[in-house]
Formats: sequence, structure tokens, C-alpha cells
Amino acid sequence: MSKLVIRGGRVIDPASGRDEIGDVFCVDGRIATAEEFEVANGVSTNLDARGRVVTPGLIDMHVHLREPGQSAKETIKTGSEAAAAGGFTSVVCMPNTSPVIDDPSAVTWLNSRIERDACINVFPVGAITRRLAGEELTPIGSMVQCGIVAISDDGRCVQNHGLMRRAVEYARMFNIPVVDHCQDYSLVGEGVMNEGHWSCVLGLAGWPAIGEEMMVLRNILLAEDCDSPIHCQHMSCAGSIRHIREAKKRGVKITCEVCPHHIALTDETIQEFDPAYKMNPPLRTQRDIEALIEGIADGTVDILASDHAPHCAYEKEVEFDYAPFGILGLETELSLFLNILVHERKAIDLPRLVAMFTSEPARLLGLDRGTLAPGSPADITIIDPDVEWIYDVGASKSLSRNSPFHGWELKGRAVRTIVAGRTVFSL
Amino acid sequence: MSGWRRKDLLDIRSLDAAEITRILDTAEAFKQVGTRDVKKVPALRGRTMVNFFVEPSTRTRTSFELAALRLSADVVNIAATSSSLTKGETLKDTARNLEALHADIIVLRHSAAGASKFLAERLAASVINAGDGAHEHPTQALLDTFTIRDRFKRVAGLHVVIVGDILFSRVARSNIWALTKLGAKVTLVGPSTLVPRAFEEFGVRVERRIEDVLPEADVVNLLRIQHERQKLEYFPGLGEYTNLFGLTKKRAALLKEDCLIMHPGPINRGVEIDSDLADSGRSVILDQVTNGLAVRMAVLYLCAGAQGGTKGDGSQDQVIAAGKEATV
Repeated sequence: MSKLVIRGGRVIDPASGRDEIGDVFCVDGRIATAEEFEVANGVSTNLDARGRVVTPGLIDMHVHLREPGQSAKETIKTGSEAAAAGGFTSVVCMPNTSPVIDDPSAVTWLNSRIERDACINVFPVGAITRRLAGEELTPIGSMVQCGIVAISDDGRCVQNHGLMRRAVEYARMFNIPVVDHCQDYSLVGEGVMNEGHWSCVLGLAGWPAIGEEMMVLRNILLAEDCDSPIHCQHMSCAGSIRHIREAKKRGVKITCEVCPHHIALTDETIQEFDPAYKMNPPLRTQRDIEALIEGIADGTVDILASDHAPHCAYEKEVEFDYAPFGILGLETELSLFLNILVHERKAIDLPRLVAMFTSEPARLLGLDRGTLAPGSPADITIIDPDVEWIYDVGASKSLSRNSPFHGWELKGRAVRTIVAGRTVFSL
Repeated sequence: MSGWRRKDLLDIRSLDAAEITRILDTAEAFKQVGTRDVKKVPALRGRTMVNFFVEPSTRTRTSFELAALRLSADVVNIAATSSSLTKGETLKDTARNLEALHADIIVLRHSAAGASKFLAERLAASVINAGDGAHEHPTQALLDTFTIRDRFKRVAGLHVVIVGDILFSRVARSNIWALTKLGAKVTLVGPSTLVPRAFEEFGVRVERRIEDVLPEADVVNLLRIQHERQKLEYFPGLGEYTNLFGLTKKRAALLKEDCLIMHPGPINRGVEIDSDLADSGRSVILDQVTNGLAVRMAVLYLCAGAQGGTKGDGSQDQVIAAGKEATV
């Protein structure tokens, strides 16, 4: 039997309401009670966590691992290592690979790769429509049998509301959420940055906030009409938060997430035409940042995630219009959220931050993770919330280097990541 | 005279009034080169200029080519359709190849905003922005400002009205910066879809009825209205545009006696401007073309002179424009 005890840390487990100095016991890769630990045979590994925070292994429900087909940008192996380095024991990977994960054989292939290469848990998401084309539903039920935890056309967005409605109704059978990248193509057009003062100055095509809001409202209506959960990814603007807040008051099954770059940067950073700041949805204004933080503070925002989107250096070193959207996120998101939400703004406390990375995504996706309840897999993250460090993207575990946060001075990070009782990352 | 320190000319927005004035003054010196029998000065002899027009153009390209030739530089023209860009070569690689050929100056016109900055950051050569998407067209604004200054002997305090599709216009953006930095009052007129209120944050007025502003204008700068399929979403067609915003003879009667009519070209006769008006005495459209040559000579000369950090302090400008060798 393998035994692990983590002693003396501040144990924060939102799922059970625990927030106290204490110990966490693991036996054979599962969380155990003190008694179970006592009676178990074997030599124990003892970790001293005094001065640290001990949490359930963090979950990032929005990452792109780029396999199959785009392994120059990232692989399941390197992406999972980057996740571990960021303190994550579970990630949920999006299906916009090449080919798309839109049938059971693709899910099966992905699972076998995950089994072979991933050092953490990776939960696959299946596409809503074949080839993400927005026209025909995928064999969702068959993919659920192979292990998908949600459906999403992320990267794209189903424009046909009738089809989206059928998808939401259909997903209801399997108790999985529909996860949406909210973008109305007719409003967004060729937009490459927030439509506002800076897009006007720079002469770049604008991506107006209402392009996101339109689909958020669509999703609210469908979630209510079908009585089935829809999760809105990477909220970027004040209007979206306002709509979701209002809908939640009515009990609509709508949830949403925020990514760190949308509260760390504004569209003013695009003045030098640097594609390091090109994301989808785009960076917006300070006013939007305030609304996003307020939404996180009052519980309108349920979940935090990275939208980790690796791209090869040469792909991003082109004219702004032509560069692909997206940045790395796994190794910086915890620190950025800690810095902005907890240290600087005091918008939420540490337990709520942890919840948004553990109990909330676990509940939405029906994962048996995100908790330190005895019997759960021993996925544990140990955090030093005060350690000062400088992010060096050159040392990243990712294959790619597209992060605008290189050189940022940050306070707080994961110092050890444990999956099924085994350390997969330590500082 | 302050030293000109920029090896590149990428935009007007980052220039200050003194720098803009420096270019205009230098252009003044070069203007009379075109009136001589031997239209050449040796200022850039031995240097190589590459006209790299990823977005096609005949007028601007020819203007830059002539400007370079009059400065005695060697000129090479690359058009996108015939370049390896069609084979998928990136801008970065194309630029590195040009540098390997020791090009001294690259004049770039490109459909992507920021493209000339992209090149300038990567090359030791001078990069001159001849238009990058809807972002800026610095030499156009400089020659427009030169033309205004030439006629009125000043820019500050004048009221300049720019009419048309501002949203997609690099000419408009560069003009707005140049004119406001030199103290002119700027009013934009056009359909609300093409002249959004956001432009008011630039320190200009936005109006919807052209008749309201014409009587107060010292200069009317008409932009070419484009009518591709995508634009139909923004306004319903040329007929409607001319009806609401075209400079007809009737509207031109509202203008002050000495008001200038300008247009960056090429003009759509009967659309932005009545055909006869385009040829009238108030139209300085052809002066703009002539002045464009002098302005581009000035820009090439100043930027090439700032390579390797040499300070172009202007002490040699008159000498060089007179066709004599500058003393080292």
C-alpha cells in the first residue's frame, strides 16, 4: 500500500466546506481518513505543508492540447506537463483538433493517447456538429459512451439557433452541459480586436461586445426553454455578465467562466500591433474588466479557466490580421487570478478562488474530482500564495511560447501537484 | 532645426508637430527639383529603394519611384501578384530576403494594418509606410497638409472638412492626426455607419449633413467611396451616397470663395464630386500629385539619413536640394 500524508497546511476544500489548518491523508491513490491511514500498511511519504495552502487538485475546464493533428503547437504529453506545472490535476480539452473530435473513434483514439502520454487527468469534450461546420449533429450519445464530459463547438459557434436548440435538448438525455464559445458571426464579421476607441485608431476590424452578448442571450433562452445546462466560455464584456446575472436570478441553468487575460489586459495593449495580444474573444476595456471582476465577486461567474491555446512562434510572427488567436495559460492562470482577484482587488477570498477551480467545474461536468472527501482520487494541489516569482516563458513545459505574460512579476503559485497520490510536479 | 531621428515613417500619430513641419519644410526645398531640366539631385545616389506593393497601386508606387529616381537612388518594384507571397512566403521571410540583397529603403503598401511596423522592427533598412490596411497613409496626409500650407501659408486655425468613408480610410486617419497636430479644426462628414461617433474621441467634429458644414470650410477633402459587396452592409449604394454626400455644383455654391477642393485620387467622377468641379480652379487635385513627389523625396531623404543613428539636422538640406554634393 502506498501512503502519503500532507501535514500542517491550510486545507481548503470548498466541496466539504473545510478551511482549517490540518492534515490530508492518502492511501493507494485515494483520499483517506486519519483512521484508514493509521491502519494501512506501508511506509508513508510525509510532506510538510506548513505555510502552504492544500486544495483538491485544480481543474481547468478549457484547454487546447492540439492532438490529434496539431502536435507542433502542443501534445497531450507537453500540455499535461504544463498543466501540472500550473497546479492542475485535471483538464478538459476542446475538440477543435485536426481531425475534430466528432465521432466515437476519435474519442477512443484520444483516450488511448491520454492513457499513454498524460501525466494528469484529461477529460475530452466532443463536438456539437460534424467538423464544427454547424450543420449536422455529431453522434453525441455514442461519444458519451466513450467518455466525453460535455459537447462544444469551441473555436466555432453554432449560428443556427434551431440546431443549437436540438443539440441542447439532445444533450439533456445524457446529463452533460453544452459548452459554447459565444460569437455571432454576422455581428463580428472579420473582427480581430475589440470594437472601440483603439480599433478606430488602429484601423483594425472590430469585434463588438454585442457579438458575444447576442449568443449569451441565445444560450440563456435555450437553457431556459430546454431546461438543460449551457455553459458560456471566456466571458469578456460587461453586457454578458449583466445578462447572466439576471438569468440566474430566474433560476436558468446558465453558467459562465472567465479567463485571466480578460481581467489582466485591455485592448490598449494592441497599439504596437503585437499578435501576442490577439485572442478570441478579444481583450476589451477597463470598464469590462471591472464588470468581470464584479461578476466574479458576486458569484455570477462560476468558473475560472485558461483557454490555453498554444501556437508555434512562427505562426504568431505575422501581420496582426493573419495571426491565429490565443495564448498559453496553464502555467500562469492560478498566479494571475491570485494576484488580481485575491491580492490586489480582494474581490474574492482564497476559498472561493479554489472553489472556482474545483467544486464548481466538477459539479458542472459531473466529475468525481475537485474534492478532498475520503474515497476521492488523491488529486491534490499545494499552493504557496505569497511566493514571489517572475514568469519565464522560455522555461515553459509547453511546446509553444505565445504568452504576453513573459517577465511578469507574480505573487503565489502551485509548488506541488499530486495526481492519484503521486507527485507530478514540484518546484 | 531639430534632428530627424527616425529611420522609418510608419504613421503620423507618433509624430509631433515639429517633425511634421520638418518634413514639409524639407519638401519645400525639394519642390523645385521637378521644374529643372535635369530633374535629379545626388542625395541618395548609390542607395537602393524597393517598392514593395503587396496591395496594388499605380499612382503611389509611381510617385515613390519618381521621387527615388530624382534623388538618384536605384529602384526595384515588387508587386504581390508576381512575388513569392503567392507561394506562401511570409512577410518576415520576404523582408529578410530583401535585406540580404542590401536594400536601403523599403516602401511598403499592404492590406494588413501594422504591416510596415512589422517590417520596420525587423530590418535595419528604412521602412516607409505607403498604406497599411485602414491604419495610416502618412505620405498622403503629408502631401495634403503641404498643399493646404502652400495655398494658405498656414494650417493652424483652418477648418478642414473630410467627406466619405472614414472608417475604412487610412487617408482619413493620417489626415486627422496631421491636421489636428498642426492646429487645424477637422470635421468629418459621412453616413453614420462609415463615420461612427467614436471618431469624436480624436478631437474632431462629426456631422451628417454636408450642407451644414460646407459654408464654414476652408478645405474640403473628398475620399473615394468604395463599392465592393461587403460595403453594401454599410451603405446602400453609390446613388444614395451621391444624393446625400456628393459634392454637386449646387452644394459647391455654398463654399467660400477660396475654399480648396481636394481628393487623394483616383476620383469617381459624378460620385464624390461633380465632373466639372474636379477640373475647376478650386480643385487642387493635380497640385496634390505634384506636391506628393516633393513630399516623398523629403521623406526618403530624411529617413535614409537617419539610418545607423546619424542625425539629419537639416544643415545640408538646401545644399542637397540645390543639386550639390553635401559636405561630410
